Amino acid sequence: MRILFFFTLLLPLVTHAADIEYKLIINDHRFQPVELTIPSVTKIKLTVENQDATPEEFDSHPLNREKTIAGHSTATIYIGPLVPGRYTFTGEFHEATAQGVIIAQ
Amino acid sequence: MFGTAIIVFREVLEASLIIGILAAATRSVPNSKRWLSAGVLAGLAGSGLVAAFTDVIGSLASGVGQEIFNAIVLGIAVLMLAWHNIWMSSHGAALAASAKSAGRNITDGSSECSILLVIVGLAVLREGSETVLFLYGIAASNDGGQSSMLLGGMVGMLAGITVGYTLYAGLLRVPMRWFFAATGILVLLLAAGMASQTAHFLIQADLLPSLAAPLWDTSAVLPENGLPGMLLHSLVGYDSRPAGMQIVFYLTALVAIFIGMKWVARPRQAPIKNNDIKITCP
Repeated sequence: MRILFFFTLLLPLVTHAADIEYKLIINDHRFQPVELTIPSVTKIKLTVENQDATPEEFDSHPLNREKTIAGHSTATIYIGPLVPGRYTFTGEFHEATAQGVIIAQ
Repeated sequence: MFGTAIIVFREVLEASLIIGILAAATRSVPNSKRWLSAGVLAGLAGSGLVAAFTDVIGSLASGVGQEIFNAIVLGIAVLMLAWHNIWMSSHGAALAASAKSAGRNITDGSSECSILLVIVGLAVLREGSETVLFLYGIAASNDGGQSSMLLGGMVGMLAGITVGYTLYAGLLRVPMRWFFAATGILVLLLAAGMASQTAHFLIQADLLPSLAAPLWDTSAVLPENGLPGMLLHSLVGYDSRPAGMQIVFYLTALVAIFIGMKWVARPRQAPIKNNDIKITCP
């Protein structure tokens, strides 16, 4: 009961502001674009479209995000707000080629 | 091959450590290993299913189905670990009491034993489905060198299982008077770490506010992709850049389960004659 009450208290904190959308494409185990510049002050909605037939895992320790993306499908990941800086991410299943960086300004 | 081994190792490690701790914690419960093994098998079967339906799960709930699925699996695991730990506290107290008296009641612990099955099943399910996807990806690609990568996967899996077994063997060497406290604390920290991961997925799905992210950054000192960071992540829920909400979940789980354990293990003023109950798995 107390836990329920706790969550009820948190509800107003969940923001419903219009999300700014950014898009990444995975093709041939590479991210496009390799560098993505986003505003740091706001939360963004990142969609990652995996055009390869094989699954990939979007993984970033700096961003504290991880998500598996099946072949030929699109995933949604919410990011930020961030402290301005560079945040690297990888496709964990193909780390040799799948590398990218998000620049928060 | 080396990269493959590390990825699979990372996935297997967490489930392996959980199984190692639970196998040690329930070593005095007859037949508990049978239920743990059933959990592994159920989890493996579930992994295949979840991997096959990754795209379906992912597209649910406007694209955050995977996060919600992970959060639910982790949330259930936290509750089950809490129940298990509170149950083991009373079992430990009963065992200590029965050592002093001759009489011993055997009670059927079917529901407690199925909890073991569920915890292990969920742990294997979550980590296993990612491994299955990864290995499927390798097998399906035509890059060449699949056999060496699959060999790497096997090496990683064996290494992960070895670490879990080492923890199990190590725990069995802990003297009996410290044993229940040791396994109790380990399970408590496991559950708190999973509660923090539950929050992590709900933040990623934008269903919970992060409350300051990151709250701190220790990635330079203890990175999560190094072996110590990896072990600490699996054992105590270490996160080098946690969100404030993760800490709220961590501490809430820690305190709530700790109070539950103390409550059932509290010393009774006048011991009842037949209080020395021994639990057994069917």
